[in-house]
Amino acid sequence: MLRFIVRRVLGAIPVLFGLSVILFLFLRLLPGGGPAVAILGQHATPQLIAQINETQGFDHPLYVQYLDYLGRLFRGDFGASVIDGRTVAESFAIRFPATVELTIGALIFAVGLGIPLGRLAARHPNSWIDGVVTAISLFGISIPVFVLGYTLTFFFAVQLHWLPAFGQIDPRLNVPPVTHFAIIDALLAGNWYVVDAVAHLILPSIALGSIPLAVITRITRASVIDVSNEDYVRTARAKGLTDRRVNSRHIMRNAWLPVTTVIGLQVGALLAGAVLTETVFTWNGVGSWVVTSIQNHDYIVVQSLILIFATIFLTVNLIVDVGYAFLNPRIRYS
Amino acid sequence: MSTVIDLSHVAEAAPGRSIGQKPPDDVLLDVRGLKTYFHVLDGTVPAVDGVDFQIKRGETLGLVGESGCGKSVTSLTIMRLIDIPPGEIAAGEIWFDGVDILSLSPSEMRDIRGSEMSMIFQEPMTSLNPVFTVGYQIAEAVKAHRNVSKNSARDRAIEMLAAVGIPSPERRFKQYPHELSGGMRQRVMIAMALSCDPKLIIADEPTTALDVTIQAQILELMKSIQERTGTALLLITHDLAVVAETVERIAVMYAGRIVEAGTAEEVLLDPKHPYTQGLIASIPSTVPRGQRLNVIKGTVPNPFRMPTGCRFEPRCPHAFGPCKDFDPPLRLTGPNRESACWLQYPPGELPVKETDAPPATPVPVERVGH
Repeated sequence: MLRFIVRRVLGAIPVLFGLSVILFLFLRLLPGGGPAVAILGQHATPQLIAQINETQGFDHPLYVQYLDYLGRLFRGDFGASVIDGRTVAESFAIRFPATVELTIGALIFAVGLGIPLGRLAARHPNSWIDGVVTAISLFGISIPVFVLGYTLTFFFAVQLHWLPAFGQIDPRLNVPPVTHFAIIDALLAGNWYVVDAVAHLILPSIALGSIPLAVITRITRASVIDVSNEDYVRTARAKGLTDRRVNSRHIMRNAWLPVTTVIGLQVGALLAGAVLTETVFTWNGVGSWVVTSIQNHDYIVVQSLILIFATIFLTVNLIVDVGYAFLNPRIRYS
Repeated sequence: MSTVIDLSHVAEAAPGRSIGQKPPDDVLLDVRGLKTYFHVLDGTVPAVDGVDFQIKRGETLGLVGESGCGKSVTSLTIMRLIDIPPGEIAAGEIWFDGVDILSLSPSEMRDIRGSEMSMIFQEPMTSLNPVFTVGYQIAEAVKAHRNVSKNSARDRAIEMLAAVGIPSPERRFKQYPHELSGGMRQRVMIAMALSCDPKLIIADEPTTALDVTIQAQILELMKSIQERTGTALLLITHDLAVVAETVERIAVMYAGRIVEAGTAEEVLLDPKHPYTQGLIASIPSTVPRGQRLNVIKGTVPNPFRMPTGCRFEPRCPHAFGPCKDFDPPLRLTGPNRESACWLQYPPGELPVKETDAPPATPVPVERVGH
């Protein structure tokens, strides 16, 4: 098991190296007068260009720049925004917790609803129940996130006033940011502020979770049906086990395998920024940060964020693979 | 259910058996007029269409027939493992140990399944759950039926692994199915089936998926266990060589029916039914070297268009007068010897097709009043 993990970690290193080269070159080789011009855009003046070239080291030879860049990466220095001067690490520490919170919310929604729905549909294949579940998942996967987001806001926030429309917590509560996880900070502040933080999380979680919900439902349904037809399920029934035990142990332990993979892929994608959802709900996470950075031509930030996202994605996949090996003894030793 | 249309032939075919009546105590399994249908998109498939046979306590019976004749469905019906729907047990009785198990509730049936009667399947490679250790899977069967601690279930599983000839059972207990060979997995399946001391073991083609050398070992093992424990065995196979070595009695199945039954010796040495004769003639070793192998001409009938008369008539080299229009019921041709063929009937008892008169009731085919 340990060897398996070590091998997977070592396998991720060349991927990250390759990506760092591509990202590095992507900024340096932008057409139209070099990186300084790309960053400055219409505001480019010879003085400013010279200044940026100086501070960012764009005037050195490419290989020197790359080694320099790599060296800084190893020291955990991801550069700073040319707009507000904040380091990427600093802003990331503030924004990433928000994205993590949203991801967890969306996952709770998608997994908590998707797996029961998938199992329900699998138990009655081709029945009206299956039809309803299929309709829900088709709806979830085909409706654009911003349409669903604004629709939810319109009904549950604007019309019904049940839930807040945007943000992570009511700013009037003046919850001091300690961890930058709105829910944890609200808990620390006491006074049941946490209820407000959770209420803020509900609508964005549903909007963001709609596609994962659809995918997880479909995969669960297919996987459970698939496993139910396996010979070993018949063996389990022939042993005289109760249907419940056959379902929950013999079928689900196997059906989990593809479902785990899909959930892992979804988590990786969600953590890398829910760009649309964060924009719709003014959620101060990394997704909206990417959008503003691109709009501001803040390429140093974009470059670092993509590398961070790739690392997160690889890490999540690694965790999924380890979990998979744990669930499936057949691949543990291979 | 006690209305029987015409008992004359039934009484002759199966003395002392009538619908709704408990079989004598020495009979462990009594399958009567069993019909299992599958309702599929294109219509209804009568996979098992009036099957009758008995197994006495401690007896071994081989159920023989070619693929698709309904052997496996018969065994799954006895275990009540048919998915309903699309399946339907349309008629018949299955008396097991003095109880008609078709009348049991699902939970009562669960108590019998894996405990009183257990089953070994054809595919050892896929019949064990890949994510649990083999020991866990055996112990699970013990725990399902016996009120025992985890440790004694484990001890029982190790004991069973040893009993089926698996070396170092403690170590094997902790292994996963993929770490075992096909023969070892089938031994595990046998250990699992035996773990609760069943009265009946149903083995559905237990050696078909194995190497020839392993086949002999597994058959030998099943035979010795059967002799040691005195459990009854229903061995389902298409391989006459397998039954010849293993069982006391044989029932031959064709197109959802039993067409011949008797002791292994009688059936193999003196087959009465043309289908059995064909099966035996098509064993390659009976043909001298250099000659063409014998085959039974034609194919099994389309289940959606079963012949109205004898189901073997289209392929039968001896078909005559009544065969095309009348379906022959099983008839006692000797002590404990049955055959469903008009050749075995005295000429005076043969049904005759009446062309002008309203269709006469043919010799009854059904024993159940459906």
